[in-house]
Amino acid sequence: MIHQHFNVEKEDYANAGRISSQIKQMLKQLGVSSEVLRRIAISCYEAEINMIIHSYGGEVVLTLSAEGKCELRFSDMGPGIDDIEKAMTPGWSTAKASAREFGFGAGMGLPNIKRNCDEFDLVTSPAGTTLVIGFKVL
Amino acid sequence: MTLKKILELLKADSLCISDSQCMERNFEHISATDLMSDALALVQSDSEKTILVTGLVHAQSLRTAEMLDINVVIYVRGKTMSETDYNLAKEMGMNVFTTKSSMYDTCGILYSNGLLTAVV
Repeated sequence: MIHQHFNVEKEDYANAGRISSQIKQMLKQLGVSSEVLRRIAISCYEAEINMIIHSYGGEVVLTLSAEGKCELRFSDMGPGIDDIEKAMTPGWSTAKASAREFGFGAGMGLPNIKRNCDEFDLVTSPAGTTLVIGFKVL
Repeated sequence: MTLKKILELLKADSLCISDSQCMERNFEHISATDLMSDALALVQSDSEKTILVTGLVHAQSLRTAEMLDINVVIYVRGKTMSETDYNLAKEMGMNVFTTKSSMYDTCGILYSNGLLTAVV
């Protein structure tokens, strides 16, 4: 059983992806298959980037259970997603120019996360958004 | 096609070599984009045989390659990397090159020599 917290700062573009890289390395060392590892890495990276671009900051919690389930929980402090249906539509984005400068903001993030994970739960309000994604790793 | 041959076709220079054996590796697929979300969403080919070609010289093009298990990146339009990005590429085990060709010409050269899309 592994349970680990990582802090994400608002607009911390310099460190964007560092948490996803750490999580990927950690799971690789634990012997997670390359196919599952790639899906986890892509999903985690997209969600981490989303938090940096859109939120006031928050945290990522990695839980790996003895039963072989990997859960990633992304919880931020707002401002929330105005329209989840639109946010889930490929190509729809509210990202600022600063995000587009480093290759993001194409509106592919949430749809791509959903496509790559085995479980997907998204709850949002102005007080914050929580995205929980799960993967079968064994 | 070997990476060595690909780099000859593109008249590309090395920016960062982490794996001295990479020149002899064979590659079949190219992901050519400046949109990292597109690469993350669309690349389905074998990462061992895929190269990321981009004009986005930023830590995030290296991070995107890392998440996709791609470890060869070619920058177009003669772009080079900062010392910070060089150190990051080394840390990741990434091999990075630059060609003076535009994205359009780079893709044309690679396509006409048999390299396939990474969107399979």
